[in-house]
Amino acid sequence: MTTDTLQSAERASPFQHLSGVRKAKNYLASVLVTCSFLIALIPLGWLLVTVVTKGYRALVSERWFTHSLSGVMPEQFAGGIYHALYGSIAQGVMCAIIAIPLGVFTGIYLAEYGRGWLARSVTFMVDILSGVPSIVAALFIFALWISVFGFPKSAFAVSLALVLLMLPIVIRSTEEMLRLVPDQLREASYALGVPQWKTIVKVVLPTAYSGMVTGMMLAMARVLGETAPVLVLVGYSRSINYNVFDGNMASLPLTIMNELLNPEPAGVARMWGAALTLILLVMIFNLMAAVLSRFSAVKSS
Amino acid sequence: MAKRIDVKDVNIYYGKFRAVDDVTLHVPPKQVTAFIGPSGCGKSTMLRTLNRMHEVVPGARVEGQVLLDGENIYASSVDPVQVRRTVGMVFQSPNPFPTMSIRDNVVAGLKLAGTRNKKQLDEIAEQALRGANLWNEVKDRLSKPGGGLSGGQQQRLCIARAIAVQPDVLLMDEPCSALDPISTLAIEDLISELKKDYTIVIVTHNMQQAARVSDETGFFNVPGVGEPGRLVEFNDTEKIFSNPDEQATEDYISGRFG
Ligand SMILES: Nc1ncnc2c1ncn2[C@@H]1O[C@H](COP(=O)(O)OP(=O)(O)OP(=O)(O)O)[C@@H](O)[C@H]1O
Ligand SMILES: [Mg+2]
Repeated sequence: MTTDTLQSAERASPFQHLSGVRKAKNYLASVLVTCSFLIALIPLGWLLVTVVTKGYRALVSERWFTHSLSGVMPEQFAGGIYHALYGSIAQGVMCAIIAIPLGVFTGIYLAEYGRGWLARSVTFMVDILSGVPSIVAALFIFALWISVFGFPKSAFAVSLALVLLMLPIVIRSTEEMLRLVPDQLREASYALGVPQWKTIVKVVLPTAYSGMVTGMMLAMARVLGETAPVLVLVGYSRSINYNVFDGNMASLPLTIMNELLNPEPAGVARMWGAALTLILLVMIFNLMAAVLSRFSAVKSS
Repeated sequence: MAKRIDVKDVNIYYGKFRAVDDVTLHVPPKQVTAFIGPSGCGKSTMLRTLNRMHEVVPGARVEGQVLLDGENIYASSVDPVQVRRTVGMVFQSPNPFPTMSIRDNVVAGLKLAGTRNKKQLDEIAEQALRGANLWNEVKDRLSKPGGGLSGGQQQRLCIARAIAVQPDVLLMDEPCSALDPISTLAIEDLISELKKDYTIVIVTHNMQQAARVSDETGFFNVPGVGEPGRLVEFNDTEKIFSNPDEQATEDYISGRFG
């Protein structure tokens, strides 16, 4: 009698019966997730296809990467983007040279040393800074650098505005990556009689390195596309200007803005070509980030 | 060179919370001293005050004196970094450096202190790994990451790392809690071996282990939740396990606790 009941209970094993409701729910969830993914993909794919189809002609033209637009007529299919590419890279690199060390050290301060009111006010300021629109950053630099200090409009002024935009991103990503490093590693290092600064340099930073690099490269990608600072702080030039401290200098966003005003087919082609070049530049930075994080010192088994 | 430790009237705080109340005890040199007691009674906290690791926690502080061969390590002129060089530590859970190879993990303390001589470092690494009974398992993959070892192997790696800097005192916080019985016995043998040269303080939940390896035992207890832990009894291990002075100690050891 008892054995019978036991056996029948065994036959109706709870593991073999998948209820219809749960199956349906599961199905619904996977359909929803897949659909969202596809919908999110549509604008992205569309954008890429548009930029590539409209821009590749200019890109594959002979002098695109080697020449400027100096002396090129608006309706002429000629010239290149070299001057603007140089400008974008120069402005981006100058910005990075200032913002990355400053941001990394501030991030280290916040994550490793910062306590009390000073750290809180720095965090507060960083929060505000990360909410500042790029046009406001540009106006601020205009007011300070050009109106008050009396320097000319220049690529360097643009870089300063970009620093304001890049700094909070670098600080935040550094701080967050450092906070992800388990305290146990710091303690292990302290317990060996290693001072705090050496622990940070030799143990904490190498562990967080790959995440920090990714953050920096994303910040770089972001500022390269900024348009407001170049519109406000430097004039457009169709020829090459290597002097970052004086004179007009083109950059990719500025070239796009300029060719936008050119109704000729050649101008349209150059505009899309510059857009595609900008995307490629950003992609190269992202690839560099991926490669650099590959060299991460964290060794997985 | 082993050193003695004298703990005098020590109160230990996490912020406002007093975790350990008024402890006085004497750890003799070249002996193994065990701290036992229920979870949360402040054994780890007590241990971490012996090499000034406690103050690494924000808001944590210590009152009273801890004398290392008569010198107060909490005197204002003392550099905590120097204290930690003299008093090494093995933690409750293994924490090898993920960015370093097995060999570099072992010699991390020396390398970060500036030793460059590769041959010397290799020798020390081998010696320390043999000491921690890990050499045979890792000798063919010294350049592989330390994080790729099993939990027990990682713990022995951490022991090797701690003894590679040749401290005078070695603190171990439940060093065997992640180990199998064979590795545990190996570590216990290692402790008995190390005791010839080092002063050792070990926290353990394993009564047999305390009885096997230690010469002196301190029993900590906590009267209730939110109250500070206290040192109930500190005595020769033999006495603690055969005929303790305090009823509470006997109850805990015989499992009639709670
Ligand atoms: N970082 C911390 N901040 C605040 N309180 C803490 C902290 N670490 C420990 N405590 C408290 O201090 C008391 C003692 O903790 P401790 O870690 O020393 O116990 P333990 O005896 O080592 O326990 P276990 O055997 O579980 O490891 C506990 O009440 C604990 O909650
Ligand atoms: Mg503990």
